Amino acid sequence: MKVALFIPCYIDAIYPEAGIATHELLERFGVEVVYPLNQTCCGQPMANEGDNANSAAAEQLFVENFKGFDYIVGPAGSCVKHVRQHFDAIPQTEAVTQVRNNTWELVEFLHDVLGVSAFPWAYFRYKASLHNSCSSIRGLHIAQPSEHMGPYFNKSEKLLQMVEGLELVQLDRPDECCGFGGTFCVTDEAVSARMGLDRIHDYLRHEAEFIISPDMSCLMHQQGIARKAGMHLKFIHIAQVLNGGPF
Amino acid sequence: MSSKRVDVAANAAAFIDKDDIHEPFHDEHLWAARMKRDAAARAVPEWEALRDLASQIKAHTLTHLDHYLELFEANATRHGAKVYWARDAAEHNQHVLDILSSRNINSVIKSKSMLQEECNMTAFLETRGITVTESDLGERIQQLDNQPPSHIVMPAIHKTAGDIAEIFAKAIGTDPNNADPQYLTEAMRQDARQRFLKAGAGMTGANFAIAETGSFVVCTNEGNADIGASVPPVHIASIGIEKLLPKVQDLGIFIRLLSRSALGTLATQYTSHFTGPRNGGELHIILTDNGRSKRLGLPDFWHSLKCIRCGACMNTCPVYRRSGGLAYGATYSGPIGIILDPTFDESKYSELPYHSTLCGSCTEVCPVKIDISDQILKWRKVMAEKKYLPISRRLAFGAAGKVFEHPGLFHGAETAASAAMKITPHFLLYNRSLNPWGRHRELPHFAKQTFREWYLQYKQPDKEPSPKEL
Repeated sequence: MKVALFIPCYIDAIYPEAGIATHELLERFGVEVVYPLNQTCCGQPMANEGDNANSAAAEQLFVENFKGFDYIVGPAGSCVKHVRQHFDAIPQTEAVTQVRNNTWELVEFLHDVLGVSAFPWAYFRYKASLHNSCSSIRGLHIAQPSEHMGPYFNKSEKLLQMVEGLELVQLDRPDECCGFGGTFCVTDEAVSARMGLDRIHDYLRHEAEFIISPDMSCLMHQQGIARKAGMHLKFIHIAQVLNGGPF
Repeated sequence: MSSKRVDVAANAAAFIDKDDIHEPFHDEHLWAARMKRDAAARAVPEWEALRDLASQIKAHTLTHLDHYLELFEANATRHGAKVYWARDAAEHNQHVLDILSSRNINSVIKSKSMLQEECNMTAFLETRGITVTESDLGERIQQLDNQPPSHIVMPAIHKTAGDIAEIFAKAIGTDPNNADPQYLTEAMRQDARQRFLKAGAGMTGANFAIAETGSFVVCTNEGNADIGASVPPVHIASIGIEKLLPKVQDLGIFIRLLSRSALGTLATQYTSHFTGPRNGGELHIILTDNGRSKRLGLPDFWHSLKCIRCGACMNTCPVYRRSGGLAYGATYSGPIGIILDPTFDESKYSELPYHSTLCGSCTEVCPVKIDISDQILKWRKVMAEKKYLPISRRLAFGAAGKVFEHPGLFHGAETAASAAMKITPHFLLYNRSLNPWGRHRELPHFAKQTFREWYLQYKQPDKEPSPKEL
């Protein structure tokens, strides 16, 4: 199986280890991984501001880079959600539709497509908490949203439970938004920071040492708050845990 | 309209920065309501099916609204009510004034009605010499404090018992140091009852209006609407035209959803049905548009008219819980306010759609399945197209758009940003006005090597990047 790897811009620059872990993890499952070199950003930051004029070019470039692949996998729920659900600043040609339909978030790709049942190489002997992003939960349905009355499921939790040694702690507000929200974290700084701080207190109340997420963007915001407040919490992408590093 | 733009982010920041009491209290109480709602919803196995049904009934009614409104008018009139039509707030208020003036009524008791809030009715009547007394406890607290309600269901939820003790001490002479809720409520009961008994007319809103019977339903937990409707000889009901339901049998679905969604209770304490005037009394119904038919004509936004005003989206909204309802500067706050308010005044409320993380919890919790989160994003597009975005933000995204369009520029920008972070003095990076990120957050560190560089080095070592790829 051949997969095109979609590495969101902020992971490329700030969290390359999450990208490396994703690459290695996919290869461990026998997948041939291709990284189109001309990728930049999916256009989400502009589109979320309602600025279609400025997101169109990024969206078009994304399609140019990823068209023709059966699977496009990205380790970031919110970016994948943007591609799949809101990629509408450009005309919906066949290539665009095909790219949108074939783009997968890493957890759902591992869970739904590869159907993985073990990570024999992975050990993680810590108490950790899972932070599924809102885009992943309510946008991509990688977990049952707490508001919705249906059978419980949580794909990232299911994958993490296969990792030896890992103890997942439950939170008081399991899927409360952390307040990142893209540009919201800057334009609405006070609310954003308070939400992040409340989230961190929830982790601390339950004695989590690590926070694991399929979305590094939420963690970037939370990590910034924890560091500023001098709180010792470690934030890590789920791919790194499932791959056994790099840390 | 040339009203001043609401700076909801600054208002929210002020609520958070005020002290260490109000914002945490607000957040905790509303989250508790959300938790109670979850438990109540979980106890109904067909909950999701009920949401679907309710949404479909509302969609049907709204797409046949002219028919159901005329049916309602005919049936209400047949039962002896007098029905009026109001295009806007001014016409609504004038009808109320005409009814009161022609009967020499100068004192009114009212129960909570968001429509009357929308019409700014109380101020209109009071400047014309008519005393208006709120009968809902939370709404009375707000009235005595000269504030609008901050929540659809819990108007004074942003206030602590201490705040209320202070207000009541000034207004009705209670002990300023006694914040016992029982004591305060009893004191208000004694004060308000005299006003209730003297009122010449009672005003209510309506939660639902039934076309096939011409009756309407008012849901309260305090029974205050029932006092207003049954003590004074004249009852005036303000009903938004979107409140229609075709049949009585539809009501069961909505009654089951309303109170469970709002407060997590099985039903409101009082669910009162009004069909025609009581013996010897008068019933006046004002069917009010006030922007609703305009909203019905907006392809992206007409679904917002399904709203049954339960407030569940506000309770669940993590942004609303931290901001307090008054931050929105509008009749409706929280997620539902964000999508309703711009239909009243796009310019004044142009910042509201940005006051959301788009987490989507509002959409999932909504008992009538309004796509609130998607509508918030669509409103941003309207604001961007109409150039309501602050100029600094538009410029930043114009620049970002250019960078992301060209891989070479992007990789150059990455390097430049990484270098800039290293040489920029700390006070500049963390200056509040220059960089709001840094006020409560450390900046992330750029990695020594990007993923792309790693890939070129370890995965494609033979491949020299061509100039086109740089």
